[in-house]
Amino acid sequence: MAAATYSLTVNGTAQTVEIDDPSTPLLYVLQENLQLKGPKFGCGLGQCGCCTVLLDGEPIRSCITAISDSAGHSITTIEGLGTVDNPHPIQQAFITEQAMHCGYCLSGPMLYGYSFIQQNPNATQAEILNALSGLLCRCHSHIRMINALVRYAQETA
Amino acid sequence: MRLKGFNFFNPSSMTSDAVEAAKKAGASRRDFLRSAGILMVGFSVAAKAPRLMAQSSPIAPAGTVDATQVDSWIAVGADESITCYTGKVELGQGMRTVQYQLIAEELSVPMSRINLIMGVTGICPDQGTTSGSQSTITEFSPGGLRQALDTARDALMQLASEELDTPVSGLSVTNGVVWVTADPTQSISYGNLVYGRRFNLTLNANTVPKDPATWTVLGTSVPRVDIPAKATGSFTYVQNVRVPGMLHGKVVRPQTIGAHVVSIDSSSLNGMPGNPQVVQVNDFVGVVADSEWHAINAVGALNVTWSTGATLPAQSSLFSYIQSQPSADSYTVNSGDVPTQLAAAAKTFKAQYLHPYQMHGSIGSSCAVADVRGGTGKNASIKIWSSTQGPYPQRDSVSTLLGIPNSNVQVFFTDGSGCYGLNGADNVCYDAALMSQAVGAPVRVQYTRRDEMAGYGENYGPPYIVNLQAGVDKNGTIITWDYEGWSVTLGNRPSATAPNNIPTGVLAGYGPAPGATPTTTPTAPGATFSNGSNVVCNYVTGLGGNGTTGGTGTVASQRALSHTITSPFFTGPLRSPARLQNTFANESFMDEMAAALKVDPIQFRLKHLSDPRLIAVLNGVAQAANWDTRPSPKPGNASTGVVTGRGVSCVLYEGNNGYCAMVAEVSVDQGTGIITVTNMYASQDSGPISNPNGMRNQMEGGAMQGMSRALYEQVSWNNRAGIVTSEDWVSYPVYQFGYFLPQMTTVLINNPEQPSKGSGECTITLVGSAIANAVFDATGVRMRQIPFTPATFMAAKGAGQTSSLATPVHDRV
Repeated sequence: MAAATYSLTVNGTAQTVEIDDPSTPLLYVLQENLQLKGPKFGCGLGQCGCCTVLLDGEPIRSCITAISDSAGHSITTIEGLGTVDNPHPIQQAFITEQAMHCGYCLSGPMLYGYSFIQQNPNATQAEILNALSGLLCRCHSHIRMINALVRYAQETA
Repeated sequence: MRLKGFNFFNPSSMTSDAVEAAKKAGASRRDFLRSAGILMVGFSVAAKAPRLMAQSSPIAPAGTVDATQVDSWIAVGADESITCYTGKVELGQGMRTVQYQLIAEELSVPMSRINLIMGVTGICPDQGTTSGSQSTITEFSPGGLRQALDTARDALMQLASEELDTPVSGLSVTNGVVWVTADPTQSISYGNLVYGRRFNLTLNANTVPKDPATWTVLGTSVPRVDIPAKATGSFTYVQNVRVPGMLHGKVVRPQTIGAHVVSIDSSSLNGMPGNPQVVQVNDFVGVVADSEWHAINAVGALNVTWSTGATLPAQSSLFSYIQSQPSADSYTVNSGDVPTQLAAAAKTFKAQYLHPYQMHGSIGSSCAVADVRGGTGKNASIKIWSSTQGPYPQRDSVSTLLGIPNSNVQVFFTDGSGCYGLNGADNVCYDAALMSQAVGAPVRVQYTRRDEMAGYGENYGPPYIVNLQAGVDKNGTIITWDYEGWSVTLGNRPSATAPNNIPTGVLAGYGPAPGATPTTTPTAPGATFSNGSNVVCNYVTGLGGNGTTGGTGTVASQRALSHTITSPFFTGPLRSPARLQNTFANESFMDEMAAALKVDPIQFRLKHLSDPRLIAVLNGVAQAANWDTRPSPKPGNASTGVVTGRGVSCVLYEGNNGYCAMVAEVSVDQGTGIITVTNMYASQDSGPISNPNGMRNQMEGGAMQGMSRALYEQVSWNNRAGIVTSEDWVSYPVYQFGYFLPQMTTVLINNPEQPSKGSGECTITLVGSAIANAVFDATGVRMRQIPFTPATFMAAKGAGQTSSLATPVHDRV
C-alpha cells in the first residue's frame, strides 16, 4: 500500500504525515506519528469519548475518524489548550475541583464541555450535562467534572 | 542550598583515607542495594565524617529490596531533595499524594522537594498489591513508610543535635532545616547533615509518629500532585509508553470460551502491511506488527481454526446451576443454636438476594509494554511497563511464564486507567511479554474493547446468591440471624506459582485456572471472629470459634455458611469483592424486617447495634439527610406515576476497615420502571483523615460507581454460541454523562486517636441496598436482584413482590 501524505494543523502547528492506509484512525496518527498523549484509546468504537479531539472546533471521536477525513483540518487536543505551568481556564477548573480519579477519560468531558460552553457562554448545569451525553467516566467522577465545567462556564460568562 | 553561617566541608583538605571513607559513605543507593548494607559506615558513628558525595540516582539492581532498612525507603540528597521509594501505587485513588503528604509531615519538608518512586521492582520495597483499601493502613503501620520516615527523622535529629551541640529537645525543624529553638541563627539542613550518605539503619519499631492532632500537611486537602499533568494531557500513562524499536501486538482470543487452537493459517497475512508476525504459545495467539493499526488489520485477516469450546450454563439458569454444583463450604460464625432459636421465634423472616457477574470495565483498555532480551533462560532479561496493582507479584509470575529468573525481570509501575481491582493489567502484561519473547523486540499491547471485556481480558467480579433467615421475639427484637451464601471462583491474582490465575496464563499452557475444591463438611469458624467478606451482618455479636466476639451488633445466635463453586468464567477481586454482594443482601433484609415490623429502618438498626462508631456514622448520615423517622413504605405514595422514597444502609467494611452509612433518595416512575437516584448522603469514619478532599472524592466515586453497578451492570453471555456477549459499552451498559446527576453529600468523621483505615470501598458497598430500600420506601416493591433495570422493576411490581417475602413467613404471635 503506497503511503500518502496528509497535512493537518495540530494544536496550531502545521503537520505532515505519511500514512499508508487512508482509513487509519486519526487517534493513531496523533499518538504514534505526532507523539501526543492527551487523546487516548478507550474503546475504538466511538462509545466512550477518551479519544476526543476538536476538529475545527467541534468535538469528534478520533478513534473512528479516518486520517483521510482529518486532512486539511485543524485539530486540537487537550495539550493544545494549556500546560501544567499555564493551564487553560477549563483545565484550571478541573484542577480546582480536583475533578478526576484516574483522569484517563478526561479528553471527552473537557473538550465536549469546552466546545459547548464556547458556543453557549451562559450554559447551565443541565445544559452542560446534556452536552456531554454518552461520554463515560468509569471512576464515576461525573459530579466533580460537571462542577468543573459549571465553574468554567461561570468564570467565562 | 547552603545556609549562611555554616562551615562547609572542603574536600581539598581531606586525606586520601578520608576521601575513600567519604566515597563509601556517599556511595549511591545502587551500591547499597547491591551490598545489602555491608559496606557502609553507620550513621551515628559517621556523624562528623566529611560530606562529599551527592545522591546519585538509583539504578535497578537484581533482587528484592530489604524493607527493614531505612535506606530502602528514603534517600536525602545533598541538594536537599527527598527521594522516597514505595510499593503502594497510584490507581487514581490518590495514593501518590497521600504518600507525599506523609513524607512532608513526618520529615517536616516541603512537598516540592519530594520525589516519590512508585512500584519499580528492585528499587522499591515489595509491598505486595495495592488493593483492598489497605494502602494507607500499610504505610501508616509498623514496617511501612511512616516508620521508615520516623526512624530517619530521629536519626536526622540526633545528628543535628551533635552538629549543633544542643539536645534534641532543644531543636526545631522547618522545611528540612533543623534549628536551635533558643537561637534560630544556629541551624543545619538535612542535605548538609546527610550529604548524600545513607542511613544504614533498621526501621525502629519504637519510633513515635507525629500525633495526628499536630498534623499540618496530613489532614489537609492537599491537591493531588498528579492532576495538573493529567488535566493538561502531559501525563504519561502506561498507554503512552513508547520505547525505541517497539512493535505493536494484538491478541487473537479463542472464538468461543474454552476453545483450543486447531490450526493457524499464517499465510493469510501474506502481503499485509507492517510485517505482521504470528505468535503462538499453545492456545495463546497474537500478532505483532510495526504499528497498532497494522496489527489490528492483521488480526482481522488472520485465519485461525478453533476447537469447540466449553459447555457454559445458560445465563437464565445461572443461579440454579451454581446451587447444583459441588462446593467448598465454610462457616464464618456458628453459634449452634440457630435452628432452635428460629423455631422459638415469635416471627421469622426469609428472603433471597441475587447478584450477577460484573466487570471492572476499565475505561482505558488495558495496556503493557514488555521488552524481552535474550529469549529465555538465565541469560534472558525483561523490562515491563505496567499499571499492575502488584509489581513484585507480576515480576515473579512473568518470571515463571517466560522461564526467566525473577532477578532478571524488572517491572516499572506506570499509571493506567482506573482498575478497581483485578482488571486486565496483569493479563495484558503476559500478552506483551509472550509476544516480545517470540519476536525479540519490545512489544506494546493495548486491548481492543472486546479483548478487555469478553472473557479473556479481565477477571470478573463473581455472582452471588444469599439466602437469609432471621427470627424476632415478640418485642420485635432480632434473636437469631442465619446466612447461607453461594458464589463462584476461577483464578485470582497471578503469582509465581499460579500464572494460570489469569486468562493468558491458561492460554499459554499453565493448566486450567484453579476453581473451588469441594469439601465434605464445612470448615469451622476461625478462633477469632473475622468478617473480611462481610458475610456476617452488622447486627450480631460476631462469634469466634474461641467464644470471643468481635462484631458490631447484639444478636448472639448466628450462623453464616458460605458455598463456593468453580466458575465458568475467570473471577477475581472487583472493588468491594463479596463485601458488596453480601451487604446488599444483609442490609436489604434488615430493611425488610423493619418494614414488616413497622419500625423506622434506622431505629431498627440502632436497636441492634453495639459499636459506637457504627452508631455514629448512622446518626451522622441521618442528620445530613434530614431523615424522616417513620416506617417504610412512605405513607401516601400512589401506586402509579412517579413517587419518591429514601433508604438507608450501613457497614463496618471488612469487619475492621472503615465505618460507613448511606442514605439514598430515589424517584421511581412506576409506568416505565425507571429508577432515578436523586440524592446520596454518606457518612464515614476511617480513623484519622489524611486528606479530606481526597476522601470525599473516593466516597463520591464509590457511590456513583455503586449506583452504576446497582442499576445497569451485568455480564451477559450466550451459552449456545459459547461467547460472552458483553463486549462493549452498549452490551455492558454503565452510568454515563447525560443521565440524571444525583446530588452527593459526604460527612467525614475524623477520629485521630484511632488507627488509619481504608476509604476507597466503603460507599460502593452500601449503594445497592440503600437504593433497594429507597425503592421499597417509594413503591412498596422489593428489589432483590441486581441490577435494578426498568424491566426487573416492572416484573417485580407486576408479580406483587411487595409483601410476600417482606411479611413473616412464620408468625407465632
